[in-house]
Amino acid sequence: MKIHEYQGKEILKKFGVTVPRGIPCFSVDEAVKAAETLGGKVWVVKAQIHAGGRGKGGGVKVAKSMDEVRAYAGQILGMQLVTHQTGPAGQKVRRLLVEEGADIKKEYYVAALTDRASQKVAMMASSEGGMDIEEVAHKMPEKIIKVFVDPATGLTDAQAKQLADGIGVPAGSQAQAIDTFKKLYTCYMDTDASLAEINPMILEGNGNIKALDAKFNFDSNALYRHPEIVAYRDLDEEDADEIEASKFDLAYISLDGNIGCLVNGAGLAMATMDTIKLFGAEPANFLDVGGGATTEKVTEAFKIMLKNPKVKGILVNIFGGIMKCDTIATGVVTAARETHLSVPLVVRMKGTNEDLGKKILAESGLPIISADSMAEAATKIVAAVK
Amino acid sequence: MSIFINKDTRIITQGITGKTGQFHTEKCIEYANGKNCFVAGVNPKKAGEKIFDVPIFASVKEAKAQTGATVSVIYVPPAGAADAIWEACEADLDLAICITEGIPVRDMLVVRNKMKAKEAAGGKKTLLLGPNCPGLITPDEVKIGIMPGHIHRKGRIGVVSRSGTLTYEAVAQLTEIGLGQSSAVGIGGDPINGLKHIDVMKAFNDDPDTDAVIMIGEIGGPDEAEAAQWCKTNMKKPIVGFIAGVTAPAGKRMGHAGALISGGADTADAKLAIMEECGFTVTRNPSEMGKLLKGLLK
Repeated sequence: MKIHEYQGKEILKKFGVTVPRGIPCFSVDEAVKAAETLGGKVWVVKAQIHAGGRGKGGGVKVAKSMDEVRAYAGQILGMQLVTHQTGPAGQKVRRLLVEEGADIKKEYYVAALTDRASQKVAMMASSEGGMDIEEVAHKMPEKIIKVFVDPATGLTDAQAKQLADGIGVPAGSQAQAIDTFKKLYTCYMDTDASLAEINPMILEGNGNIKALDAKFNFDSNALYRHPEIVAYRDLDEEDADEIEASKFDLAYISLDGNIGCLVNGAGLAMATMDTIKLFGAEPANFLDVGGGATTEKVTEAFKIMLKNPKVKGILVNIFGGIMKCDTIATGVVTAARETHLSVPLVVRMKGTNEDLGKKILAESGLPIISADSMAEAATKIVAAVK
Repeated sequence: MSIFINKDTRIITQGITGKTGQFHTEKCIEYANGKNCFVAGVNPKKAGEKIFDVPIFASVKEAKAQTGATVSVIYVPPAGAADAIWEACEADLDLAICITEGIPVRDMLVVRNKMKAKEAAGGKKTLLLGPNCPGLITPDEVKIGIMPGHIHRKGRIGVVSRSGTLTYEAVAQLTEIGLGQSSAVGIGGDPINGLKHIDVMKAFNDDPDTDAVIMIGEIGGPDEAEAAQWCKTNMKKPIVGFIAGVTAPAGKRMGHAGALISGGADTADAKLAIMEECGFTVTRNPSEMGKLLKGLLK
């Protein structure tokens, strides 16, 4: 689960990391009022969307007067902000963060994430702050310093110093940088984050270290023990169909193609999408109905797929293990009837009670096309939608 | 022979009294030699009772002491599953198989580091399979996990995969063309897990009763590439490889917690390229895994 920058900064602040003073706003008037409350002469008006790259897309502006605060807030609020992470349609800006200006002497990068290979927490830092870290990794890999942290010991002083030295934090600010790294690590662990990134972490003219941005991603498996983080969820930032699907415990992700697919198991679902592509079409979605699909779940899955106007055909691919093919067949027939299905439907079933399942489909009187293999199913659905 | 388990393996079920644990324990007992293999269950509140004629003990340690079991299978719900894995390690079992899906990553990080610290200090190494996996099966001998037993046939092909249903798909294709399996292993879809592709490939390589292997992976993480590099210099047996998720967009979690492209190296295309380079017979068509493998047998 992702959150907004201002929420991330609230969390960082709670863990003792220094962040600029700032106020989240939902209207232009609120933005002006926030700037007045903050005082000073320079303010930063920042679009709050979950995607990165906001600055380049025109979502971050430095204002030097109240008139500019008003003008920028007006421009940014409601705009479709397009960044390299939003896709071409962009994301509508509904929230702003108005912050005091910062005296930036140097920008760094620091992040905590889980490293799969070492099965430890990787703390990464770079002297090239403010840039896209993937670009740094690609062009100047030597500029990224990494240490791997054992959860039993936590980030040690020596490791934190290694990071601070590695990115060239000046002697007078080292203690603050080390403190920030350690607090970021604690924050990462305590909140069950899967990513905690400060980019940039800045060195101010007076030598202070501050988090100028905050990006978090949380492990959805652990949200049950973090109601305070669940409260940060912003449904406006998520795909409406994916939210609807999650209510029925369906894993759904919308894609750009025109063949809807309904599969049990994440690996088989991806393999089905790949097969559709291999035989000349594009999948419209990823949809894993899971191991315990009921008629109700299958019906909801059909409704969600069919909401997508691009869908010109549906491929159902089920490997019946614990889940029996006849149960799924009944679900598919009910769903097709209930949704008055008008696009071609190919069903491929394999495994437990396969024959019984096929019989139910054949006797339903519905124009369901049957297939034996994934390849055959893909060939048939691709032909049917042409 | 087979890898990791056979008809003589004795197994403890952790979480035997829960709904999932009961359902699958019954199926496992019904399969092949299951009745002799599944010798104990664990639930501190129901110690002394029996379920499907299997005695329940208060702890893994006690279950091991009383029955001589060396392997456990875990169906404990997510919040307590990492503790259950650790309990199996503390009891010095040979292998713990964790079926549970949805364990917080932090819990897995903590338990994996504890396991490694125990080994480093000279303690017994307990292998972990999973979590979030279907388990493993040696056909006609024993099945530990949630896979449908009836699609398997005894034979000489190894199967390893992160995904459950994709493992079944490969197994069914093999069975359909008359090729049985020595063992089929699901290593699970989580980012922090126990046995990886490379570990299972090593075991298949050493198993005199395995002639060839189907290795199935998916987007996310470095494991398939690591296994491929090892196989390039060490594997003596032909391998068919498939990676799911060529069409998966970057940055989106595709069902499995670990199925997330997070860089250039863990896309399906990148993994397929490395596997091909390392001598695998790779396919982009998952319907022909079985057929391709048959072509590789002499």
